[in-house]
Amino acid sequence: MQSPRPDHGGLLVPGDESIIDIRNLGLTFQTADTPVYALSDINLQIGAGEFVSFIGPSGCGKTTLMRIIADLEQPTAGAVKVNGLTPREARLQRSYGYVFQAPALYAWRNVLRNVTLPHEIMGTGRSEAERKARNYLDLVGLKGFEKKYPWQLSGGMQQRVSIARALSFEPQLLLMDEPFGALDEITRDRMNEELLRIWAQTRKTVVFVTHSIDEAVLLSTRIVVMSARPGRIIDIIDSPLPPDRSLDTRETAAAQELAHRVRQGLRAGHSYDGH
Amino acid sequence: MATKRPGFLSPQGRVLPVLTIIALIIVLWYGLAIGLNRQQVAERLDGLGQPWGISDLIADTWSMDRPVLPAPHQVATEFWKTTAEVAPSSKRSLIYHAGITASATLVGFVFGTLLGIILSAGIVHVRTLDRSLMPWIIASQTVPILAIAPMIVVVFGNIGITGLIPKAIISMYLCFFPVAIGMVKGLRSPDLLQLDLMRTYNASAWQVFWKLRVPASLPFLFSSLKVAIAISLVGTIVGELPTGASGGIGARLLSGSYYGQTVQIWSALFMAAFLGMAMVYAIAGIERLSLRRMGGQ
Ligand SMILES: Nc1ncnc2c1ncn2[C@@H]1O[C@H](COP(=O)(O)OP(=O)(O)OP(=O)(O)O)[C@@H](O)[C@H]1O
Ligand SMILES: [Mg+2]
Repeated sequence: MQSPRPDHGGLLVPGDESIIDIRNLGLTFQTADTPVYALSDINLQIGAGEFVSFIGPSGCGKTTLMRIIADLEQPTAGAVKVNGLTPREARLQRSYGYVFQAPALYAWRNVLRNVTLPHEIMGTGRSEAERKARNYLDLVGLKGFEKKYPWQLSGGMQQRVSIARALSFEPQLLLMDEPFGALDEITRDRMNEELLRIWAQTRKTVVFVTHSIDEAVLLSTRIVVMSARPGRIIDIIDSPLPPDRSLDTRETAAAQELAHRVRQGLRAGHSYDGH
Repeated sequence: MATKRPGFLSPQGRVLPVLTIIALIIVLWYGLAIGLNRQQVAERLDGLGQPWGISDLIADTWSMDRPVLPAPHQVATEFWKTTAEVAPSSKRSLIYHAGITASATLVGFVFGTLLGIILSAGIVHVRTLDRSLMPWIIASQTVPILAIAPMIVVVFGNIGITGLIPKAIISMYLCFFPVAIGMVKGLRSPDLLQLDLMRTYNASAWQVFWKLRVPASLPFLFSSLKVAIAISLVGTIVGELPTGASGGIGARLLSGSYYGQTVQIWSALFMAAFLGMAMVYAIAGIERLSLRRMGGQ
């Protein structure tokens, strides 16, 4: 198996223009009985405009890695830079939008006011905030639901609200933790298309967690394959697919081949697990 | 959301069960009145030296001047006389006394609630307060304040503080506690993800407090307020017991028992119950309105 490549080739020169720069990162949770080695020796550079997916078995540390980038968790080893700053400085500058694995909506706010929440915090004018919120709610297919409350929506709709909320203040960096996990196949396809479109238009940098190989293949410029105990990177795969993609891209030979490689990586990762 | 309201007297409705219970209580009460007043009446009838029947006994137990337990209609009549038939400003009016009690209760309640909320905000935000204040708050309630309330009023009276303030202080002392406990729980009720979300926006502690903690705590606040207003009322009434003539439901209770006026005591008790119910329902109404405005189910 290939070892992690800190000086990854691809589109960028290391250290240059890296939006996210992770070096020798490790995190061990001290729990009551035994330490949990959530992440170990992670090396990864992500350049501006890249779409990087993390894929790996449950519990391999995908969420934890995203949380470290977002300064919601502190690493116990190594260093992380976001936009050349520490994660904390980057967070204080509101450099990223985070879509959590669960919707995390506020039950006492209707859909529109949930989406305008970041604007209220950041001091955007009300009309501007509402315009953007409506725009992105429209984009995730929730036009007409502005006045509904979270409990009136299905789980998938709630998750789309949370996506609209992260998009609506237009951060340059998007951290998305299994954003489409709760959606049905068709809606998921639509959301994938929208995300591709937004990404192509705005050239945001996206870090994305998924359990779906197809989704990773369709969306990513790079796929990071991880394995568990301890959580680590076992393969980083550059996508050979062209930048302008559609759902049909999944059917092409190149995509199939890429999916095959990801699957093999995941399988190899599993065989590490004490067998 | 909008279920059809059941008919006024249908078994599913609220009215019929409540009326049934009330009817049962009244029947029981009349029965108890016979039982408890029987001995006195029998002695009196014997003293008259004429033969008397069971119907004389029953009629008399329900119409005594100073019964052990007055019959419901006696209480109702007294209640009616002292509310509807005298001017509310008269000292003989129960409404006048209820007003005195209600104002002290509300003043104590408002200040107790404020104190409780301020304490809870401090406890949630300042770790050292959590450690240092909480034991004192709990200890404060181990003082049997209701037992020593009359003494407190007397002490205040000696240093020249009389009227509403001593009673309100007792109420406040009683009712800040459930508010503080409930609000600490409520302000801590947002889950980790909801708090993390605020962190990703780099929200200030002030913003987290107002946009997350406070709205999340409101259901907790309202349940605490219902407890608080009820004990606030009890605190006020107990505080009125030693003030004697100066008014309030407590004073009414005291003078009633002083003169053996059980009918007066009972109608004052009913006034206290109605007052308590009105206050709790008022809070429930505000709760319903504000939770509905916040998208409640
Ligand atoms: N706060 C914590 N305390 C202790 N252990 C933790 C904590 N958070 C995560 N872990 C452990 O770290 C490991 C990685 O968890 P993480 O949530 O990052 O996995 P994941 O890859 O996102 O899984 P999934 O695909 O199921 O979301 C797990 O073994 C988990 O039990
Ligand atoms: Mg996860």
